[in-house]
Amino acid sequence: MRPEAAVARPDIAEGEPLVSIRDLRTYYSIRGSFADRLVGREGGVVKAVDGVSLDVRKGEVLGLVGESGSGKTTLGRTILGLVRATSGVVEFEGHDVAHVPEREFRALRRRMQVVFQDPHASLNPAMTIAQAVGHPLQIHGLERNRERLRIKVAEALERVGLAPAAQYMDKYPSDLSGGQKQRAVIARAIILNPVLLVADEPVSMLDMSVRAKILELMAELKRDFDLTYLYVTHDLATAKFFCDRIAIMYLGRIVEIGDAASIYADPKHPYTKALLRAIPEPDPARAVPRDLPRGEVPDAASPPLGCSFHPRCPLAFQPCGWESRDLRDLLEARWARKAGEAGVEEEEALFGNLDALSAPLISARLTPPRGRTAAEMLAVLERIRTEDPDEPFWKGVRRLEAVDGRLELDFHEPHDPTLGQSGDVEVACHLYNAPA
Amino acid sequence: MAATAPASPRTPYGRARLLALGRATKPIREASGIARGMFWAGVGITFAFILMAFLAPVISRYNFSQYKANGVRFPQLGHPSGLHWMGTTVQSDDVMARVIYGAQTELKVVVIALAMSLSIGVPLGLISGYFGGILDRALVLIMDAIFAFPYLLIAIVIAFVLSTSSIGGGIFTAAIAITAAYVPLYFRVVRNHVISVREEPYVDAARALGARPRTVIRKYVFFNVVQNVPPIATLNAADAILLLASLGFLGYGIQPTQGAEWGYDVSRAVSDASSGIWWTGLFPGLAIVLLVTGLTLLGEGLNETINPVLRRRRFGQFDFEPVPGAVEEAE
Ligand SMILES: Nc1ncnc2c1ncn2[C@@H]1O[C@H](COP(=O)(O)OP(=O)(O)OP(=O)(O)O)[C@@H](O)[C@H]1O
Ligand code: SF4
Ligand SMILES: [Mg+2]
Repeated sequence: MRPEAAVARPDIAEGEPLVSIRDLRTYYSIRGSFADRLVGREGGVVKAVDGVSLDVRKGEVLGLVGESGSGKTTLGRTILGLVRATSGVVEFEGHDVAHVPEREFRALRRRMQVVFQDPHASLNPAMTIAQAVGHPLQIHGLERNRERLRIKVAEALERVGLAPAAQYMDKYPSDLSGGQKQRAVIARAIILNPVLLVADEPVSMLDMSVRAKILELMAELKRDFDLTYLYVTHDLATAKFFCDRIAIMYLGRIVEIGDAASIYADPKHPYTKALLRAIPEPDPARAVPRDLPRGEVPDAASPPLGCSFHPRCPLAFQPCGWESRDLRDLLEARWARKAGEAGVEEEEALFGNLDALSAPLISARLTPPRGRTAAEMLAVLERIRTEDPDEPFWKGVRRLEAVDGRLELDFHEPHDPTLGQSGDVEVACHLYNAPA
Repeated sequence: MAATAPASPRTPYGRARLLALGRATKPIREASGIARGMFWAGVGITFAFILMAFLAPVISRYNFSQYKANGVRFPQLGHPSGLHWMGTTVQSDDVMARVIYGAQTELKVVVIALAMSLSIGVPLGLISGYFGGILDRALVLIMDAIFAFPYLLIAIVIAFVLSTSSIGGGIFTAAIAITAAYVPLYFRVVRNHVISVREEPYVDAARALGARPRTVIRKYVFFNVVQNVPPIATLNAADAILLLASLGFLGYGIQPTQGAEWGYDVSRAVSDASSGIWWTGLFPGLAIVLLVTGLTLLGEGLNETINPVLRRRRFGQFDFEPVPGAVEEAE
């Protein structure tokens, strides 16, 4: 029996799903400190991938785009079985790979390969290039003869542009440049003749001058080897010409997915719009000021209610998930912005410690300090509202009054946006799919 | 930079091995002045003792337990003289013979002890660090418990228990006693390093290639972890000499009939010193000090030369130094 026969190769037609992901969740548990556990406080979880459904179609380049921390790497690693899925399904060529034991997965690994971001760290410093590139064939028992192994390795190296191969084979990774190393990593990935290649920011650590060359190489290899790519990047500018489809990821979820052309021509999700506006213009004369979404990516360990993008969304409205932490952030941002101005310290003293607002609740209750009244607090909030009535936060406030010496704030009911068709793309935003 | 001689794609593997050897010794060849000086001084001293151990029957005029020659008994506590360069002991043994044969004993014990503690400590550390989990926690607990004891105490207990058993008080007993004291050290060093190497992308890449855990550990983790071991093992050898001497001094080491041992000789010489007999203690004592110094120099020299390389490699993404003559990518 030839070892190849061990892996079934269902014939999947071009355009049919090669990888099918359904409601995939990958959580990392963060272990609390010893003291935390002593007092019975559990460490939390980071919901790095939080309910992703997605098909990677045979023969396409699917770009996975998002800011740092959005879970792109985790999604790729879950598909590759390098981290365990918490729940959900990952089907690869019809096998549910999220739940097969490692032992059975190993044979499938020949069919899916990976290129990581850091070419230096992805190569074992103790192996020569020839050993590294040839090892996959040895692991799967595909070539036992050393002479023939070396010839195959030389072919793979020349295929990725490391020619003449003899010049590189007995070098160690530390003797090669970044681009050369990444070429060796790619050679190691294609030597098994996989169908799927997960490329996790394969060029972002390389010199500007070699990035285009490596992408060109990847495009060539895709044609020659009939590959399917899951291409992870946070660079929408290169994704534009490299990808057939784009999935925009934010805090563990896909917020928009569709043909690259449609997404670039008519981005729907406010996050996609912001990302596209943030692409630096190659022509400095036409450069627009970078308009990154305001604020930072929230902590994935306790994401915002409703739409997790709402604290940064300029268009957020009633159902988007307004909550007590948004009030805290509003006040803190205001005080930071106006630090030193008259009346700011006074405001800070009036509201005192905002820790009461740190739990994600859809109502906020604030008690004034001794000698002050809730009416004063209410007046400050009203003043903030008049100063900037367009601030989306106020759309989320359903009720704001001073009752029984307390300031009471109720927000609208939060709704989680789900992916739904809108024009040519699917988008998860209440602006397009009104909550039920 | 490695050799730039043209290599055919059919380079035999022997050549690759040669290249690997050249690469392994590169840090030593490239080391800076002080580290290199320490290293070579250590090599010199250590090598002299090894030579002495191997050639003992040739260079020593007498055997270590010999007290007469040609039917004539050696003098008791005889001064250093033409016949006995380092004098004789109260039992009429030749001090020089005991010093020379002592090197043999030390070498045997240390080599056996190192081999045993490495072959237990390193695999345990690899497995424990790579797989983690309950096994890891249990092993760490046990090893830490052993580590918390003064190792002389552990060695004494083991030596005592074994010497009352059928094994007796020979070289093996001493080696096992020393092994028990050092296994936790290797375990710790290897395990902690594995835990950091385990997170390296090349280990993930190996898993993604479909390598079994055994292959990952052997081919991807092991080589990057063992680099730390030679300096520690050498320093440990120095330590083991002292430990063996201490055991001998306290009477738990090699029994006098089984071999010459410096620590034992020093302990016997303590009473001589007060009556002005200096040679019975001085020479074995000097031997201990010299060999320990030699091994320490060697170990520190290795440490100095290997660790900067490790440090540089870890932050290696900055040294994008291309192969000379290679096609530049951005042409
Ligand atoms: N091993 C881990 N343990 C705990 N948390 C993790 C781990 N790996 C990633 N995370 C967290 O999971 C979230 C998603 O991380 P991930 O690396 O998948 O994001 P990413 O989109 O690839 O980001 P980047 O662009 O920086 O590579 C982050 O909040 C990150 O801190
Ligand atoms: S649902 Fe749409 S409008 Fe609402 S916050 Fe999210 S992105 Fe903005
Ligand atoms: Mg990433």
